[in-house]
Amino acid sequence: MSLDRDQVRKIAHLARLEISEAESSAYAESLSRILGLIEQMNAVDTTGVEPMAHPNDAGLRLRADAVSEADQRERFQAVAPATEAGLYLVPKVIE
Amino acid sequence: MFKKTVAELSRALASKAVSSVELTQLFLDRISKYRDLNAFITVDPEKSLAQARAADARRAKGEAAALTGIPVAQKDIFCADGWLTTCGSKMLSSFIAPYDATAIARFSGAGAVLLGKTNMDEFAMGSSNETSHFGPVRNPWDPTTVPGGSSGGSAAAVAARLAPAATGTDTGGSIRQPAALTNLTGLKPSYGRVSRYGMIAFASSLDQGGPMTQSAEDAALLLGVMAGFDQRDSTSVDAPVPDFVAALDHPLKGLRIGLPKEYFGDGLSADVAKAVEAAIAEYRKLGAQTVEVSLPNSSLAIPCYYVLAPAEASSNLSRYDGVRYGFRAAEYKDLIDMYCKTRAQGFGAEVKRRIMIGTYALSAGYYDAYYLKAQRLRRLIAQDFEQAFEVCDVIMGPTSPTTAFKLGAKSDDPVSMYLSDIYTISVNLAGLPGLSIPAGFDGKGLPVGLQIIGRYFGEERLLNVAHQYQQATDWHRRLPKGFD
Repeated sequence: MSLDRDQVRKIAHLARLEISEAESSAYAESLSRILGLIEQMNAVDTTGVEPMAHPNDAGLRLRADAVSEADQRERFQAVAPATEAGLYLVPKVIE
Repeated sequence: MFKKTVAELSRALASKAVSSVELTQLFLDRISKYRDLNAFITVDPEKSLAQARAADARRAKGEAAALTGIPVAQKDIFCADGWLTTCGSKMLSSFIAPYDATAIARFSGAGAVLLGKTNMDEFAMGSSNETSHFGPVRNPWDPTTVPGGSSGGSAAAVAARLAPAATGTDTGGSIRQPAALTNLTGLKPSYGRVSRYGMIAFASSLDQGGPMTQSAEDAALLLGVMAGFDQRDSTSVDAPVPDFVAALDHPLKGLRIGLPKEYFGDGLSADVAKAVEAAIAEYRKLGAQTVEVSLPNSSLAIPCYYVLAPAEASSNLSRYDGVRYGFRAAEYKDLIDMYCKTRAQGFGAEVKRRIMIGTYALSAGYYDAYYLKAQRLRRLIAQDFEQAFEVCDVIMGPTSPTTAFKLGAKSDDPVSMYLSDIYTISVNLAGLPGLSIPAGFDGKGLPVGLQIIGRYFGEERLLNVAHQYQQATDWHRRLPKGFD
């Protein structure tokens, strides 16, 4: 499977990555090579094999639905690019 | 003093032969002297020395713990409260962590001094430390070669004795491969053994933190501090932490070593094969038996990994959106444009490649052919190990197919770089513990690593097997020229 520049632009948009025309050619080439490597998987028949998501088949723990963390809003917002009145600022999304 | 192991330094501190302040200053001076290695992203002598003074004060009051006063370098993937924590990326190049990772908190609790934050491949994606936003790291054994990656800064720091020990993280080989390339002992614990809380996520079903040290004894000491259940990591396993140091002296008589025939075939360099075979012969002298085993799906571990790890990464790295922390592009026209420009400018080329591969593998129409297929293959790879362990106690082979390669040799060819991890990746897929120890040198004087793979939660036996070899050999005590 090889990817063309249009496919690369579409994937980049899904991944929210801006890429230039020149970059889309370079990525089409390198991603196609990686996909070539990945497709070696098809050499093995995996019909009927249960997918393994995780080394711990036991599954994830649950905890009580109770507050367990202290309020550290100010500390955590100190590392944000833009905040005001305890809120994160982003460009206007509703006209 | 700088050549001493953590175990030796602990005794020196206990006997008052040296203070933590003196030790910390000694290593800070070496970091400064050898800064051309580019092993560290952040050093903060005032903070480190304040911790050292506090450690000395606790010791004076008789309150010393396991690592009180020992300086330890931390991979820059672990959040440390008040420290710049970059993960090797422009995206986090000004991120001051507002909390401690569990691993960092446990080192502090055990009395260790945070000596600095080490360089690494961006978001731990790389096998040479060349994808770091902060520039490549040089291998002290030959500065024209790479130290391996992604924990390349930690590897170079301990190899050059700029730190007595360090931490790394390992998603596909990122502790073991750099340990092999720099003559260190590096342990990737079983999945679930060490908390991932505060360890910046790459591929959550594969990532594990662990020690990078001068000896198996030091690895046992550090793992004892890092390991254990953590409520804050949903995949942390609630199992008792054994006394890893106490287990080191167990004799090897009767040990059954499995040798996977797939690990000694094409692609393995002759020098590495020779050193690994000599190490296995030494194990036979120590009373172990060897048995051939087969891991028939091991050649498919790399294709399988390069679906699963990028898929998990594409999901994990969606958090870098320029809103809550990290870098934000200076100019943009709307919200989507802000995301796209922030991520385009904040991530490097290898990270973008992996995000795009993962996005593609998870996208509608391709999910079954790539992601589910890789998950099914992952189970076959894990089952291969289960079968092999029916006839052996540990598995041995090379850690890396070659010794350290030249800077730039593989940086333009991702596929050839990915093959550096051919012997390490399947261990992560199966969730098993794996360790690399020094096993000699190639014709150019570059270190070779022996990989030892254990049963799930079998770190005690792994460290014991490594320690017994280190009692009989001195490869692990050799230092690179110019740093001794």
